Amino acid sequence: MSAYQIIEHEYDVVVVGAGGAGLRATFGMAQAGLRTACVTKVFPTRSHTVAAQGGVAAALANMADDSWQWHMYDTVKGADWLGDQDAIEYMCREAIPAVYELEHFGVPFSRTKEGKIYQRPFGGHMRDYGKAPVPRACAAADRTGHAILHTLYQQSLKHDAEFFIEYFAIDLIMDGDTCRGVMVWNLADGTLHRFRAHMVVLATGGYGRSYFSCTSAHTCTGDGNAMVARAGLPLQDMEFVQFHPTGIYTAGCLITEGARGEGGYLTNSEGERFMERYAPTAKDLASRDVVSRAMTIEIREGRGCGPKKDHIDLHLEHLGGDVLHKLLPGITETAKIFSGVDATKEAIPVLPTVHYNMGGIPTNYLGEVLNPTKKDSEAVVPGLMAIGEAACVSVHGANRLGCNSLLDIVVFGRAAAIRTAELVKPGEAHKPLPASADDPAIARFDRLRNANGSRRVSEIRLDMQLAMQKDAAVFRTAESLKAGVKSVTAIADTLKDIKLADRSMIWNSDLAEAMELENLMVCSVTTIVGAEARHESRGAHAREDFSTRDDAEWMKHTLAWCNDKYRVKLDYRPVHTYTLTKDVEYIEPKARVY
Amino acid sequence: MVQFVLPRNSRVKPGKSHKAPAGAKNVKEFHIYRYDPDEKKNPTLDIFEVDLDEIGPMVLDALLKIKDDIDPTLTFRRSCREGICGSCAMCIDGINTLACLKPIADVKGPVKIYPLPHLEVIKDLVCDLDHLYAQYASIEPWMKTKTPMPKQERLQSPEEREKLDGLWECVLCFCCATSCPSYWWNGHRYLGPSILLQAARWVMDTRDEGQGERLDDLEDPFKLYRCHTILNCVKACPRGLNPAKAIADLKVLMMERIL
Ligand SMILES: Cc1cc2nc3c(=O)[nH]c(=O)nc-3n(C[C@H](O)[C@H](O)[C@H](O)COP(=O)(O)OP(=O)(O)OC[C@H]3O[C@@H](n4cnc5c(N)ncnc54)[C@H](O)[C@@H]3O)c2cc1C
Ligand code: SF4
Ligand code: SF4
Ligand code: FES
Repeated sequence: MSAYQIIEHEYDVVVVGAGGAGLRATFGMAQAGLRTACVTKVFPTRSHTVAAQGGVAAALANMADDSWQWHMYDTVKGADWLGDQDAIEYMCREAIPAVYELEHFGVPFSRTKEGKIYQRPFGGHMRDYGKAPVPRACAAADRTGHAILHTLYQQSLKHDAEFFIEYFAIDLIMDGDTCRGVMVWNLADGTLHRFRAHMVVLATGGYGRSYFSCTSAHTCTGDGNAMVARAGLPLQDMEFVQFHPTGIYTAGCLITEGARGEGGYLTNSEGERFMERYAPTAKDLASRDVVSRAMTIEIREGRGCGPKKDHIDLHLEHLGGDVLHKLLPGITETAKIFSGVDATKEAIPVLPTVHYNMGGIPTNYLGEVLNPTKKDSEAVVPGLMAIGEAACVSVHGANRLGCNSLLDIVVFGRAAAIRTAELVKPGEAHKPLPASADDPAIARFDRLRNANGSRRVSEIRLDMQLAMQKDAAVFRTAESLKAGVKSVTAIADTLKDIKLADRSMIWNSDLAEAMELENLMVCSVTTIVGAEARHESRGAHAREDFSTRDDAEWMKHTLAWCNDKYRVKLDYRPVHTYTLTKDVEYIEPKARVY
Repeated sequence: MVQFVLPRNSRVKPGKSHKAPAGAKNVKEFHIYRYDPDEKKNPTLDIFEVDLDEIGPMVLDALLKIKDDIDPTLTFRRSCREGICGSCAMCIDGINTLACLKPIADVKGPVKIYPLPHLEVIKDLVCDLDHLYAQYASIEPWMKTKTPMPKQERLQSPEEREKLDGLWECVLCFCCATSCPSYWWNGHRYLGPSILLQAARWVMDTRDEGQGERLDDLEDPFKLYRCHTILNCVKACPRGLNPAKAIADLKVLMMERIL
């Protein structure tokens, strides 16, 4: 093990990840005078946040009456009452100053005639507690993520944070129950680094790549989730995986819901606008889980489009070239490139596609990671935070509303910085680490680098992705889930046989992908085991054998521990049935109709 | 043409050849630059045959297929696979572009893939972009204001906002900079089209109050004035942006200041 030379660093804070969440936290920490390092496996503006299209939600009321209480109601309802209402209140209230702050930082938002931030309607965002769609998504054309991510990186350059770019985090350094830092591999020169910190913030994004077809980037591999699991801590609500209604048929690239917000609609092979049947009020702008299920039923009942009757048509052509060019230029281009369709003239073929992970690392609304015990379901892990798609706060519950994720990443990125400034004094001395603290990380790195079994990374990965696609899909049954638990576990077992072709240290992308595969596997098994156990339908988790929500039994968060053999143990913790302040009352569960 | 002594990385020797599996019907050759930093040897050009019936339409699809099924040591950057992250910039068929947006069908004959030119190669198609990132930071690409912020958003008319179109969409792929002859020869001091486009993005933003100092900073024989309007940058940009126009607009503003 000692064959590896290790370079030492000491910081007050280390942020892992430079997407929207990681960057907002990083410069917030630096602003507070904390010595901050940000470690990221891709250059910040290449993080997946850059791909977000439609907008960031906030009740600015620029184009119609709106209030953060309505936003909160929609989020609670969208989450199918699995969200924690204290955190949801915090997010929706903070949304308004957060978006103004983004504007002040320089985000090039589109504008209304009066010069205010342009807002468009988005799925599940309604006025007056569910009465009719409201324009709440603050947009920079259909490239809002790009606009926000670049701006946040620019702000980070302004502040005094140190970036370690194309540095790959391997594992956390734990000292008993406390997190003390993180072990990292520098791709460019192949060196290993020990970052010690009083606070480690995981902002590593989602794990869309557990599935065969997803809108997520190749780098969305759930690394932070898996690091937490390997530290013996639980993941939360992993069975809730969002399928976005409009991934481009076969390519999987996203067409934003904003396209429907601007007036686009879906039809089946009979040319029928079928969403009017499934969601009479919100129609094509119902919540994503609702639309994805409706599309799946249409296809299943033989009303799919195309020669194979296997997709649905998305119509934008009636909006006219002008609107498309001004407000949806990115997706017009994407449709052209990836499905060869001229959206100003013809319908775009689409299919529900894996898009977002509601589950992740459990935290409170301050960003602190939880290690719930029987005695204390809110117990905190000292020295560790999680934010962004990697975290499960939980503001998205069983189903995230569109535009609430860009919101989540800036609001909780900032919250993490505020909380850390309360907990950590700048320049505090570091206690010595136990001698063996980083052995597990280095052992894992070394084992994989020298792995000489019989199966390539890509073979095992494909097996896993196909199994997840088949058995943890839009609709789930006991049969499919039981089969899925068996097959995914069996595929996880084949990781013992992994074989790497590249043994180098510099930019060994075979090794990086092997580590990512192990991380994805942790996410996959916890997802499917959690899904098999949850005997109800709630939000994105739709079971045909348990077709209704069961609040008496199942209004609780799943906790999943995954051991080094990829075997999962489950437990549960209560959903917060209280708000943060007296300004709003707890929203009682009721039937979810759009 | 003047002859230059090229760095070792650019003297490329023939490499390995990988045949397509028997029965493949729609075979295309990919000639890919390989450089192994541990070997300290000249780079090679490896030949891979790929069955196009098994993959998607883009060059990135072929690279992924090769990495997954033929040679897992092949190394390149990629992330979003939809042209928005700027990771997969490389030189394909003689043009710098994003592999995920480049249709294989656009290339006649074998598809030749090299790293972006005139940069230090780290491994295979991955080159060192640190200098470009440092130049980016050097223009202080953040909003500068003196006026206190209002409680809400600052107002900006749609017309004012439109001045940013064609500037803010840049994905920092550096396809343009690495195809600019002026940048090849003077890249240590000339900022090049990518960074100048970014400089213009801030100068043109009606909300920014740092225009004067931004232009002062460009008042330098090298940073801006090495652009000789060769227009390679415009041809290269895979996002359809026009850095040459941005540079020309900056020059106009500089002139107006003097007059
Ligand atoms: C196509 C698409 C469109 C979307 N559109 C919208 C939208 O319109 N509105 C909305 O609200 N949401 C949208 N979303 C969702 C939203 O974009 C994401 O959930 C959000 O951006 C996640 O941000 P993040 O900061 O948590 O993670 P990411 O942006 O994914 O960043 C993860 C970071 O972690 C780093 N990292 C990961 N692993 C490691 C490791 N091992 N070592 C070092 N660094 C590591 C990466 O380098 C990266 O910097 C969209 C998502 C997709 C896929
Ligand atoms: S126009 Fe200017 S920036 Fe563009 S390639 Fe020519 S010299 Fe370079
Ligand atoms: S201007 Fe175009 S080519 Fe140049 S860096 Fe930006 S996106 Fe890339
Ligand atoms: S992979 Fe993101 S631009 Fe090609």
